[in-house]
Amino acid sequence: MKILVCVCQTPDTAAKIDFVDNNTQFNANGVTFIMNPTDEWYALVRAIELKKQHGGTVTTITVGGAENEQTIRKGLAIGADDAVRIDTNAADSYGVAAQIAEYARSQNYDLILTGKETIDYNGSSVGGMIAELLDLPYLSGASHLDMPDANTAIAKCEIEGGIETLSAATPLVISSQKGMAEQVIPNMQGIMLSRRKPLTVVAPAAINDLASVKVFEKPAPRSSVKLIDPDNAADLIRLLHEEAKVI
Amino acid sequence: MSVLVYIDHAGGNIKKVSLEALSYATKVAELTGAAGVTALVLGSAADATVAGLGAYGATHVLWANNPLFDNFDSGAFTKAIAEAAAQTGANLVVLSHNSRGKAIAPRLSVRLKAPLIAGAVSLPTLDGSALVVRKSVFSGKAFADCVLAGATNIISLNPNAYSVAKGGGSCSVSAFSPSVSAADFKITTVSVEKQSGDAVPLPEAELVVSAGRGMRGPENWYLVEDLATALGATTACSRPVADVHWRPHHEHVGQTGITIRPNLYIAIGISGAIQHLAGVNNSKVIVVINKDSEAPFFKAADYGIVGDAFEILPKLTEAVKRFKAEHA
Repeated sequence: MKILVCVCQTPDTAAKIDFVDNNTQFNANGVTFIMNPTDEWYALVRAIELKKQHGGTVTTITVGGAENEQTIRKGLAIGADDAVRIDTNAADSYGVAAQIAEYARSQNYDLILTGKETIDYNGSSVGGMIAELLDLPYLSGASHLDMPDANTAIAKCEIEGGIETLSAATPLVISSQKGMAEQVIPNMQGIMLSRRKPLTVVAPAAINDLASVKVFEKPAPRSSVKLIDPDNAADLIRLLHEEAKVI
Repeated sequence: MSVLVYIDHAGGNIKKVSLEALSYATKVAELTGAAGVTALVLGSAADATVAGLGAYGATHVLWANNPLFDNFDSGAFTKAIAEAAAQTGANLVVLSHNSRGKAIAPRLSVRLKAPLIAGAVSLPTLDGSALVVRKSVFSGKAFADCVLAGATNIISLNPNAYSVAKGGGSCSVSAFSPSVSAADFKITTVSVEKQSGDAVPLPEAELVVSAGRGMRGPENWYLVEDLATALGATTACSRPVADVHWRPHHEHVGQTGITIRPNLYIAIGISGAIQHLAGVNNSKVIVVINKDSEAPFFKAADYGIVGDAFEILPKLTEAVKRFKAEHA
């Protein structure tokens, strides 16, 4: 079974977010970067588990510059067999998806996995876009994925107020979320092996972006907290009604 | 300009988030002088339900009353919505950024070659003929104003970001027969398990009462549930609580759980780790109850009570009941 896992590098969860050039560009200066959590903990780890079950290969794919290579090596240390980096900075989800789809088109992957969304641009769109570009079925936000055989995926997907169990034949695209696998910390052997695993840099296809960001803005800080005496807790309800007007 | 709205429903019950999307689209049509708002319904529903969409601003409804669409497949639905967009000459397609919307919108963006803003949080402004739409980025730490300048554009609207506006309008309904066949449905629904009982599902809830390790054990959750029931709120929890199975995973809000933006988020015994804030920091009003006055969550809160949740919660529940009785 050939599995492709889309891996993105994002600012660390705790990173301070700032913008430059009149708030048109993210300021990456001094920011620590990590592998996007849902790509790593769920999509990649589950892909490696499925490979152990059915045999085959797990390839990661990343769209971005050489500054992504530390993150890509981490994926190899966790257990991916090889990695592809498409050497361009896409401006939107479509740019990322179209580059990945162009590469994947000739590779006959059985399964393409993404995280449910990146924690930077929160687009939750790359998986669905790849599916449409390659005319494949798409399961969005799967919290469980089983493959009883190499040709059938059975996934649980969260919908509002419930969980659907869905089945589809490979090839297909699935976006992954919490529940699909447990976080794996790479061990020393994995880290040593990762240095010798192939990382192929691919030239980008000519793709036009669809949407663009005009300007970023940080939310106004909340005014400082209004503390209520615990002995007059009922006052809170009055304030929520009269002042905040939410009840 | 013409606007198309995809209406999500479950067994003929139209989802509130789709009425939000329709109300939003109606307002956008007004702002841009669009000719009309077409609502698209796929699958079985009651005649009156479909015709009733006029009250929320639809001037016309296209309805594919075909049981094929009672199963969901993002590919088949995308094909049908794209045909409706072509048929109505839509320059803008609006849908909810709910579970269905997240599956459909990116496919539709590719199919229509239309730029997509996934998870809009407010009405667009106009920049020349382009729409500028705000969405939340960096897990709630910032907003991005994005430009939609395609011949057709797509907005998926975050749940609870725009209020349902009901008026007295009516609409015409016409049958819609997209060229979608059983072969377009490649996903089989094996089963559906209902989770949240009668409460409003968490991503759609306007009022949320959430608790963390400060509750010391699942046996104490009745205090949280009593307050939620009195308020008519949905319950949620922090990650550690879901991880030790005090509460089910679908209640976990935060970076790796569900992202919500309710009108009111009450956090009890949750310290406010950055991963938790990432899932709730766009809530309109945040109340934090914690015995530790140094809990970082107080810095992100509008109202706070420093004290013992086991004493405060019953008092709050009583106060809510009194308030409800007075305002009944």
